[in-house]
Amino acid sequence: MTRALSSSLSGLRQLFPPDRILTTPARMAVYGSDALAALNQLPGAVVIPETATEVVETVRFCHRNGIPFVARGSGTSLSGGSLPVAEGVVIALNRLNHILRLDPDERIAVVEPGVVNLAVSRAAEPFGLYYAPDPSSQAVCTIGGNVAFNSGGAHCLKYGMTGNHVLGMELLLPDGTVTEVGGDSRDSVGPDLNGFFVGSEGLFGIALKTTLRLLPIPALYRTILGAYDSLEAAGDAVTAVIASGLLPGAMEIMDRLAIKAAEVGARAGYPLNAAALLIVELEGEARTVEADFTRLVEVIRTSGAREIRVANNADERARIWKGRKSAFSAVGRLSPDYIVQDGVVPRGRLGEALVGIERLSRIHGLEVANVFHAGDGNLHPLILYDGRVPGGLERAEELAGEIIALCVELGGSITGEHGVGIEKLAHMPKMFGPAELACMEQLRAAVDPERIANRGKMLPGGLS
Amino acid sequence: MTRVPIRDVQDVQEAVQTHPRLLSVGGGSKPALSSPLISPSGSSPDDTPVTLLDVSALRGVVEYDPGEFTFTAGAATPVAEISAMLAERNQYLPFDPPFAARGATLGGTVATGLAGSMQYRFGGVRDFLIGARFVDGRGQLIRGGGKVVKNAAGFDLPRLMVGSLGRLGILTEVTFKVFPAPAATATVYAEFPSLELALEALIRLTRSRFDLEALDLVPGSLMISEGSISEEEPRTQEGSVPGESRTEGRPASGATLLARIGGVADGLPARQRQVAEFLTGGNQSGASAPPVSVSPVLVSTSGTPDHDVTHWAAMAEMNWCPEGWSLYRVPVTPARVAALDRSWSAEGAIRRYTSGAQTAWVAWPGEESQLNRLLRAAGLGALRVDGPPSRQPWIGTIPGGPFLERITSALDPDNRFDLPGIWPRADVSHG
Repeated sequence: MTRALSSSLSGLRQLFPPDRILTTPARMAVYGSDALAALNQLPGAVVIPETATEVVETVRFCHRNGIPFVARGSGTSLSGGSLPVAEGVVIALNRLNHILRLDPDERIAVVEPGVVNLAVSRAAEPFGLYYAPDPSSQAVCTIGGNVAFNSGGAHCLKYGMTGNHVLGMELLLPDGTVTEVGGDSRDSVGPDLNGFFVGSEGLFGIALKTTLRLLPIPALYRTILGAYDSLEAAGDAVTAVIASGLLPGAMEIMDRLAIKAAEVGARAGYPLNAAALLIVELEGEARTVEADFTRLVEVIRTSGAREIRVANNADERARIWKGRKSAFSAVGRLSPDYIVQDGVVPRGRLGEALVGIERLSRIHGLEVANVFHAGDGNLHPLILYDGRVPGGLERAEELAGEIIALCVELGGSITGEHGVGIEKLAHMPKMFGPAELACMEQLRAAVDPERIANRGKMLPGGLS
Repeated sequence: MTRVPIRDVQDVQEAVQTHPRLLSVGGGSKPALSSPLISPSGSSPDDTPVTLLDVSALRGVVEYDPGEFTFTAGAATPVAEISAMLAERNQYLPFDPPFAARGATLGGTVATGLAGSMQYRFGGVRDFLIGARFVDGRGQLIRGGGKVVKNAAGFDLPRLMVGSLGRLGILTEVTFKVFPAPAATATVYAEFPSLELALEALIRLTRSRFDLEALDLVPGSLMISEGSISEEEPRTQEGSVPGESRTEGRPASGATLLARIGGVADGLPARQRQVAEFLTGGNQSGASAPPVSVSPVLVSTSGTPDHDVTHWAAMAEMNWCPEGWSLYRVPVTPARVAALDRSWSAEGAIRRYTSGAQTAWVAWPGEESQLNRLLRAAGLGALRVDGPPSRQPWIGTIPGGPFLERITSALDPDNRFDLPGIWPRADVSHG
């Protein structure tokens, strides 16, 4: 630890009792990495505030002393978004986990950053309401992280990502300024500052309070699963569903390897001999959903599915989703290590993208399992590798980079919902030109001149 | 004041680099917003001459792929042109952009952040804008977002453009997400003896499991009778107040709820009946919210499909606002509407509450200062959408704060887009 940090630590110690400021490697170990487990970095200190005031004081302390800080929730970032900065402070926000207000008539919940995603829906359920964004990690990931990374989930096509559900925030800017944006209304005047802050990956500071919009729980879900002999056939089925004019809440595809993983990990009971599975779900008013579902079943039936399963009740629906939602962790049983990629391609080019990924997988000699949000073209290739083999991680990263480049070539994006973090820093220039990168850097510098908030994430360089 | 027509994006970049202060104008459908920002002498308050940049040449569809649910078009492309193009493929802009018949453009819709009654179902402009190209205050062409419906790379610059009124950059091209349009639509009208009771029913409906396309609240009574619903006059003469005309014997303080549903035509009559039954406290099927405690005095599901279309199209043009009055858009929530409505009504304003009473549209007959005072007291801000030229686009609590000031200083360091009343210029220097 440098003298600068160690001398200022005494100041930080005045803000927290000993059990809520961690400075030894042993006690900080768990904060050294997030869900991008391949990267590890111990910070200078970890603080565990219990109130918003403590968070504000910590950030002001960091700003006065020029110390970088990283705000962190449950550490589920797949892009290394909450990787600590050496000599910096990690602000662990998990204890700010209160739902401050839940107003069923206004259909809003005001929450602290450490509130777990699923806890919002649980609290809203008695009122017939829920919080729509449903990242796979929703049982542990926090709203603060969802806001920072504009988290998505399986139901984005129809209802959008986190940014579409944030109505207002109390922001703590990196210099310690506290300011409010938005409000309780679903409408607003002036620039959409909520939308601009969401997804800024912690570079603009911390959302101390977030007002979320809640939706009525749909009256009816109807879910269908189709098994196909090729990924291409499953992709064509998605195109057919879109062409039919239906608007499903979710459309997910899993390939052979992902199906196998889900079976091993979650015993999902999926058809094992299929090359691809397509899950399509409709939700809404009962009468509409039933009518639409009849059409959907017809579309899937004529799409060349070798087997069709229809969920006839909540249990059967849960079983279909269980395999899909546990696919990431299940892949862990097939391989010692894996990298999850998050590129997006136009829906119509999904087929090309999958063929390309298969080719790259062969060239690099690494297995790739595919699980993806087909409705919005968001791929999740899981690159399987063995980190114990020398050069294993590097080879996997190289493949990941080529998959990302492919997505950009096809007119898509380097990330759909996991964010740039530290993992995709090098790929930002593939996506944006010098003018855009300079513009983003200028915005960042105007909000945080000392660049102390989540330094080293999202933006690849200094001012160009 | 100079008016400079531009031919292409390069012209915009050049103009920004050579003119000290600029305001871009597209379709000119909202003169209250494109003209008032400049004093009669054609200068900004610090006497810098203002150049009006006529960007109407930046029109035309660049790309439309119905299978992707996206299109890209020049910022000055008329909304009406886009709606017609989408309709051919049974798609639509779900946020229901207003003033299409007057020639509103995509860029103007983004810059004002305006959405109509149908935003109730899937959200407003910010929920459907996925990409934007704009020229910043340095004259740089910036490409924000992308052409795919899901994208989390970099700062979300398109969102920043929504509602920015040209203060942060000049839009040149926009990309939107679109959805399949409902095959058919129908409306349920329910008249309540008081605004409070109508609001209570509205809240129950917003918590229910009905998928409504729109949910509007109109103070006063529409003239509902069996078999027909006649609208208030779109434009009234001096003295009579539109929207408050009522049939014989109906209470003056009443209010009407309009709930629009959409979907397969076959299913609509039954679904209309379900909504009506929910409102009358009958069959609660499909509902998870507590029942409505007081039934409306009259419910009608008998409007013809033509009537449904006509009503909502007129609503999107704000035809109910009398000629010459100022029209304001105020973000609200249902819990605040009753008190606000009393104070506005006392001043002779005409009101419409749209998208589940999250948006108030206020047509104001008198001095703006009085509405400004009422809004400030309520801690609310409003955008002046229509009416005679005035000095500023916003009244009440004007958006801003340190976050916006810093953003503004980054995108427009020389204050080239700083026109009166937009928001406080960023004099603070950072870094």
